[in-house]
Amino acid sequence: MSVDVGDTDSPSTAADTVVRKLDRVVIRFAGDSGDGMQITGDRFTSAAAAFGNDLATLPNFPAEIRAPQGTLPGVSSFQLHFADYDILTPGDRPDVLVAMNPAALMANVRDLPPGGMLIVNTDEFTKRNLTKVGYDSDPLGDDSLAGYQVHKVPMATLTLGALESTGLGKKDAERAKNMFALGLLSWMYHRPTEGTERFLREKFARRPEIAEANVLAFRAGWNYGETTESFAVTYEVAPAKLAQGTYRQITGNTALAYGIVAAGQQARLPILLGTYPITPASDILHELSKHKNFNITTFQAEDEIAGIGAALGASYGGSLGMTTTSGPGIALKSETIGLAVMTELPLVVIDVQRGGPSTGLPTKTEQADLLQAMFGRNGEAPVPILAPQSPADCFCTILDAVRIALTYRTPVLLLSDGYIANGSEPWLVPSVDDLPDLSVEFARKPNAPDGSGDFWPYLRDPETLARPWAVPGTPGLEHRIGGLEKQDGSGNISYDPDNHDKMVRLRQAKIDGIKVPDVVVDDPSGDASVLVVGWGSTYGPIGAAARRVRNAGHQVATVHLRHLNPFPANLGEVLAGYSRVVVPEMNMGQLALLLRAKFLVDAVSYTKVAGLPFKAEELQRVITDIIEGGMTR
Amino acid sequence: MTTIDLGLPTIGGLDGIPTTDDRQSAKDYKSDQEVRWCPGCGDYAVLAAVQGFMPQLGLKRENIVFVSGIGCSSRFPYYMNTYGVHSIHGRAPAIATGLAVSRPDLSVWVVTGDGDALSIGGNHLMHTLRRNVNLKILLFNNRIYGLTKGQYSPTSEVGKVTKSTPMGSLDNPFNPVSLALGAEATFVARALDSDRKQLTEVLGAAARHRGTALVEIYQNCPIFNDGAFDVLKETGERDRRIIPLVDGEPILFGANREYGVFRDPVTGSLRVHKVVEADLDTVVVHDAGVTDPSYAFALSRLTGSDLAHTVTGVFRSVDRPTYDDQARAQVQLAQKTKPADLQALLRGNDTWTVAG
Repeated sequence: MSVDVGDTDSPSTAADTVVRKLDRVVIRFAGDSGDGMQITGDRFTSAAAAFGNDLATLPNFPAEIRAPQGTLPGVSSFQLHFADYDILTPGDRPDVLVAMNPAALMANVRDLPPGGMLIVNTDEFTKRNLTKVGYDSDPLGDDSLAGYQVHKVPMATLTLGALESTGLGKKDAERAKNMFALGLLSWMYHRPTEGTERFLREKFARRPEIAEANVLAFRAGWNYGETTESFAVTYEVAPAKLAQGTYRQITGNTALAYGIVAAGQQARLPILLGTYPITPASDILHELSKHKNFNITTFQAEDEIAGIGAALGASYGGSLGMTTTSGPGIALKSETIGLAVMTELPLVVIDVQRGGPSTGLPTKTEQADLLQAMFGRNGEAPVPILAPQSPADCFCTILDAVRIALTYRTPVLLLSDGYIANGSEPWLVPSVDDLPDLSVEFARKPNAPDGSGDFWPYLRDPETLARPWAVPGTPGLEHRIGGLEKQDGSGNISYDPDNHDKMVRLRQAKIDGIKVPDVVVDDPSGDASVLVVGWGSTYGPIGAAARRVRNAGHQVATVHLRHLNPFPANLGEVLAGYSRVVVPEMNMGQLALLLRAKFLVDAVSYTKVAGLPFKAEELQRVITDIIEGGMTR
Repeated sequence: MTTIDLGLPTIGGLDGIPTTDDRQSAKDYKSDQEVRWCPGCGDYAVLAAVQGFMPQLGLKRENIVFVSGIGCSSRFPYYMNTYGVHSIHGRAPAIATGLAVSRPDLSVWVVTGDGDALSIGGNHLMHTLRRNVNLKILLFNNRIYGLTKGQYSPTSEVGKVTKSTPMGSLDNPFNPVSLALGAEATFVARALDSDRKQLTEVLGAAARHRGTALVEIYQNCPIFNDGAFDVLKETGERDRRIIPLVDGEPILFGANREYGVFRDPVTGSLRVHKVVEADLDTVVVHDAGVTDPSYAFALSRLTGSDLAHTVTGVFRSVDRPTYDDQARAQVQLAQKTKPADLQALLRGNDTWTVAG
């Protein structure tokens, strides 16, 4: 069987035997917020990773911590795509849907393609629960699910039965039913079990009886598959043929946290993270607060403004100041970002974008903060902007953001998003020896060109246009900085019109002159006339769509931008080389607007702002339409 | 949740900051920048007092940083020949917190005004005070917005007619000392711009205090609120209005020390009346070291916005571990107990290997 088929919609099967070999599978676990679907998905992911599959995940959960039980707003799901080849997305549609209650079934079944497998926890299909979500009759009793392979499993009952001997109360025992589901799916897909059992024993180390109950439920699920005859077929997905090396599974937020730790080590600077909890960025704070041994201080401030203020204060003192937030927090931090632009101090601002405007969709993904990052400050206040393309890519991207902040003494914005933050994928663990050296030199001596022995805080490096970083405690360099306009060179307050014009242009030129790598065009045939330009988390869906388009016999080229300000130097030339440029974005066309303004290119903007990533199938259709001349706008 | 006692020793406010044996004078603390406050502004007196007082500390000048927000007083750092940051409106305590946490070898001072600290920056001020970051905050209170040319401020008296309140202001003013004590500030003091001696004493005590020290300074704005504190300066008025605090001494005031501060046995609050022979031993003896902030708070309530009485000096000075000392202790503890092995962190515990 060929594995190089791209992300097709349903699993291809090799032969009609008891054990079928698949190249890829998409599983979605769906249940109530309290059913533990995220942990179930996480564990299956870890098992798939440990087995050596390539994988991508899409957690999808409500903003409410506990929405009313059994209701549609309370449905939480976790989709996982694993394969024996390199995949790019968590999959458009599940091949297997596990529905723990009627609400989960109702909210998710429309995504299951005809013939897909549906595993239902029948215990929750009571009249009351059905009515709660508006089912007039039991879908398990009528023929509304006739198009699917339906497996009705009384998971709660079976779990209670398996735990009878433990003496655990009914409520506690029933809570382990998610592990029953995990056990069943683990059996069906020949997943290793040791990791999950070890995980459960560690997680519940303080409550061994709960650990044991979860292990028993997990095994009961496995045995249920093995001993009942309801499941005639099991499936194998072989390990993926990834590049040689040691891998681990990583989420975007963890990769950012590790990147921050690595940046501090590579720059030989202490780190101060000043931040305020906000979804979906808080996990970066949680992770970093565990790694103080790397000379990292985490400061949970009273608000977003104090978070970035403390970070900037630390940068002034010679630390690497960082702050993490989401869109609403950027709005609050804008004035301090402006101060960092004016004082020309290194600062890294991470925006894990979520649905907006205002509070918007806190747990859903979007990439609508690009123009806020680009222009959301008073005055001419340019800042460099970078965006990671996937969870693992966060690591390299934050290192590059730190390089720019330190080299050019500037605040840098990094735009991740909710999908990257919570999604996970395998990560080829880098060797520390291969990480870039980020060390910096503080100013040590007076530098006034007039030989006065004074220190000029705004005398620039002729190459980078960066000003010296003179930290308090350095004798002879006492100086004052602030938000008022500075005289070029001396840094004294200046209201001189010509000087202001010069300083505005110097600050702009510094950012415009930042060295960023050229974009690499993916155009396998070299004959494409349509170029798809993406940034951020659309990398996966665009790449998967391009594969499908090419498999269908068309030519298409793609480029993906990590650097959004400044743009790579070769971008204009690349754009000019194609007759059509299409820009898919999870916003109303923000990158397209910038490309049009900067390069006078008639870019086609394709947009969707649904709080979920693009589906490969959808982008395939868009690209194909454009290639065939069907869509111009 | 578990709580961890870090068991920190109590140390002085200046410990850890490099000192010098070089003779310093006020002149050493004057920067080369032209001072641009209005003629007659109270800020000049405070600047002179601070420049004159700094040499007493014997610190290396390069290890002193002044951080300010926005407002007339916030130009202060430009005139000090130390390191300085003139930041944005209300945010100086936040910026100074990041600096103080990351640099134990610096003496960090915040200069702010009634609008900057109590209005736009109120949130940062109260959280800095509750955390007890080792910062010295000089709050210049002129009861008016000066830099925006004369609107009422959060310390302006009710009914004040200003550009923005032609029919009189409606807001009840803050008493900055009460506010600070409500946030359980560990050091709170008040002084007048015109009283160089007391101001210098209070600044010295603030500098030696480990933790956040808030010093409210009554400061005259000759342009937009001239004479706001004149009743506290006029001979004849001054003595019967100002209640100076001296640690360990009974709180007596008046030209002949004929007034005293007494505790109301019913309400527990403090009040002022004339001292007669019989109740001399019931005059409250000032103790800034009382752990419970209620006493200092009661003292602060003797000051009303009409300035019928104004308490000056150090209201409260108590020891409590500082946020920055504890934050650094956590980092040091982590460094001592866990090696900084980056490669091990990146690898984690769950890896798999793909062979070539």
